[in-house]
Amino acid sequence: MTPIHEPLSEEAAARLVHVAALTKSAVVIRGGGTRSLHATPEGTDVLSARGLNGIVAYNPAEMTMTARAGTPLETVEAALAEKRQMLAFEPNDLRAALGTSGIPTIGGVFATNASGPRRFVAGAARDSLLGVRFVNGRGEVVKAGGRVMKNVTGLDLAKLLAGSHGSLALLTEVTFRLLPVPETAATIVVSNLNDAEAAAAMATAMSMSVEVSGAAHLPESVRGRFVGGALPDGAATVLRLEGLAASVAVRAEKLGAAMARFGAVSQIEAETTRRLWREIRDAAPYADGTPRPLWRVSVAPIAGQQLVAALRLETGVDAFYDWQGGLVWLRMESDPEAALLRRYIKAVGGGHTTLLRARPEVLAATETVQPQSDAVAALSARVKASFDPNALFVSRMVG
Amino acid sequence: MDQIGFLEPRPAVLSRRREIVADLLDLLPEGCLVHQPRELVPFETDAFVSYRRLPLAVALPETTQQVAAVLKYCNRYGVPVVPRGAGTSLSGGAIPQEDAVVIGLSKMSRILEVDYANRTATVQAGVTNLNISDAVSADGYFYAPDPSSQLACTIGGNIGMNSGGAHCLKYGVTTNNLLGVKLVLVDGTIVDLGGKALDAGGLDLLGVVCGGEGQLGIVTEAIVRLIAKPEGARPVLFGFDNSEEAGACVTDIIGAGIIPVAIEFMDKPAIGICEAFAGAGYPMDVEALLIVEVEGSEAEMDAMLASIIEIAHRHGVKVVKESQSATEAALIWKGRKSAFGATGRIADYICMDGTVPLGQLSHVLRGTAEIVAKYGLRVANVFHAGDGNMHPLILFNANDPEDAARAEAAGNDILKLCVDAGGCLTGEHGVGIEKRDLMRHQYTDIDLAQQMAVRAAFDPQWLLNPSKVFPLEGRPAA
Repeated sequence: MTPIHEPLSEEAAARLVHVAALTKSAVVIRGGGTRSLHATPEGTDVLSARGLNGIVAYNPAEMTMTARAGTPLETVEAALAEKRQMLAFEPNDLRAALGTSGIPTIGGVFATNASGPRRFVAGAARDSLLGVRFVNGRGEVVKAGGRVMKNVTGLDLAKLLAGSHGSLALLTEVTFRLLPVPETAATIVVSNLNDAEAAAAMATAMSMSVEVSGAAHLPESVRGRFVGGALPDGAATVLRLEGLAASVAVRAEKLGAAMARFGAVSQIEAETTRRLWREIRDAAPYADGTPRPLWRVSVAPIAGQQLVAALRLETGVDAFYDWQGGLVWLRMESDPEAALLRRYIKAVGGGHTTLLRARPEVLAATETVQPQSDAVAALSARVKASFDPNALFVSRMVG
Repeated sequence: MDQIGFLEPRPAVLSRRREIVADLLDLLPEGCLVHQPRELVPFETDAFVSYRRLPLAVALPETTQQVAAVLKYCNRYGVPVVPRGAGTSLSGGAIPQEDAVVIGLSKMSRILEVDYANRTATVQAGVTNLNISDAVSADGYFYAPDPSSQLACTIGGNIGMNSGGAHCLKYGVTTNNLLGVKLVLVDGTIVDLGGKALDAGGLDLLGVVCGGEGQLGIVTEAIVRLIAKPEGARPVLFGFDNSEEAGACVTDIIGAGIIPVAIEFMDKPAIGICEAFAGAGYPMDVEALLIVEVEGSEAEMDAMLASIIEIAHRHGVKVVKESQSATEAALIWKGRKSAFGATGRIADYICMDGTVPLGQLSHVLRGTAEIVAKYGLRVANVFHAGDGNMHPLILFNANDPEDAARAEAAGNDILKLCVDAGGCLTGEHGVGIEKRDLMRHQYTDIDLAQQMAVRAAFDPQWLLNPSKVFPLEGRPAA
């Protein structure tokens, strides 16, 4: 049985890490445990942030919140909803796709840089993170950043912690910026485009002064699995508009007119729009109850469909696109085909991929993240050592 | 002024000056090394002009490989290196020292690629901020961060300082608009961080290099995000009878869930200075002025402005003046963006850059006035109110050493006030040398030690821009 430590305070967490440093025992940091299927390695202790719970400060007029890292995401989002505010980066919920069952935490959201459809215009979790408190591998409590929107005082360590997947430190507290919930939203649907046509249509939409806040392409193979099959027949290229009602109406008309030259245009209203983009965010079509390999691939927007087209010639894949085509959710039929995928990612100009789901033995045997150049890997190792000199914190995702 | 110290020059470097110059001449093409004392003078300071030091030499490489060659050489022989863009730093970030080789990026000023389908521009580090927007403007795009010095400042310098600008309220600062860099490490290794893909994987080294103040490596190329220009933009002037009401109005606009693209604040002295310089049409009979810019379609701007005007009336706004033409709008911004230069025509000044939580704006404005009065000085406030980024300009006479010392002391007190109000020392100008010795007011020794450990992971010998950011005492042995 892996020992699980669940400190109830930052000081207790620091003491635990201090002891681990003395005994040189490896530690796996965990939030809600909903975003990773990796087994805890033999001989490691789990250090859970779940006991560090609660919103510390919420000032809606300043559009910032401070919360302890183990605070459930739903607690944060419920408090924000009361004041009609939100996290701009739309953190996803991967439980259905991965078949995990814990409670997502706000610390886990930032530690994994979990970002949804608005990411390509509003930034990732890291862009909303203003300040952090953490326990480093020396058992020291450190703060970085602050609670103001603009801050260049010293190195931006909060950026390093975001997306570090527990490889540098235990986040104990996060301060992040918020945005008002848009008054309304609508989605323009362009039907029946193939992947390449969709890429061109999305690029055109993004070149217009209409502030598209979501651009996804849902090929025919997945289209029926969104919003209970309510999207029109054929592949659906979907473009989201948000803002004041009067403005969304004007922009929808302008965007719809421009998209008509690509294909049949229809429009989805606010409520269905919210459901559609939640499902896109959470990779709903692949919440299929299977262990078939699921990759999350990030490439240049135009390269997404080139990558999938190349892969299709050699193996069985199913895919849909977010971030104007730059985020590809890829489900393989059987083998993860890691080598093939990496080769083609390189061929289309580079990018990053993460194997989120596979059978346990396959997951254990596959390098789940994209390898880095030797120089970047060496530099990253030195940066890790500057937080965690004894390499206590073990992560399959980084370093 | 000479209150801020620099590291003692390394005797081993000074004594080898002639050899180092000869070696660098060999490494670089003709015309790419400045080493005659007279020719070094333009490089002795930046926009923080109170301090100046002549560098050992200035390398002006034309390629990333040349930057790498110079760094490799300096690293091998323990020669400090100070990176330099356009030298517009307000915190002394580009001020050299006697034993340092300056690496200036001014010859690397080409836009390498504009990729509209992916909405990126790939540029060399010496390209000016405004050049990027100018190059893509006709096609309907722009690069969002817009420091007031954007005509001169370079993207490399912007990355070093994680620069902001007036329009960051909506679009974010440099780090939010930067997708990748080509970075030369201190040992001459060239690495690519990030790229056109949004998620790079691994540790977010790009995130810490941005704002690294030239201490983590030298950026030679950058991939930045382009954004489609809004359909329209309209700056509107709001005049108030006192600064507190103007500050409270800003808090209420944001609190109401309205995010204009910019909210700028000027107090009466700043209004007078800018109006005299630009003839922008600012109202002269008010104590405080907000420039609020909204953008989008006509319908959207009208709707937003209606809500903002209603809030302003709750705060007793005296004057509301909408720009009636593109020319008027441009003048309004010209006045604001020339604030520092215009101030420089009437007095010497130092510009503070603390950021405070929005709810503290009125409190800190009041405190600033009290501090400045206590030292018998004058202040003009002109700043990015929407994100709480304050810029008190403390006016003084540089020819009077006592006046200058008082100005520096007042500035330090103001920054401490910002930190104590829950804010930070610098929102967009960087620590440089200016705020270096105040870092312990914001951070504990453990906080600073962690930052310095990260810095040392990039530059173990502390050769890159070594006198900056971290207090000189209490540094780890290199």
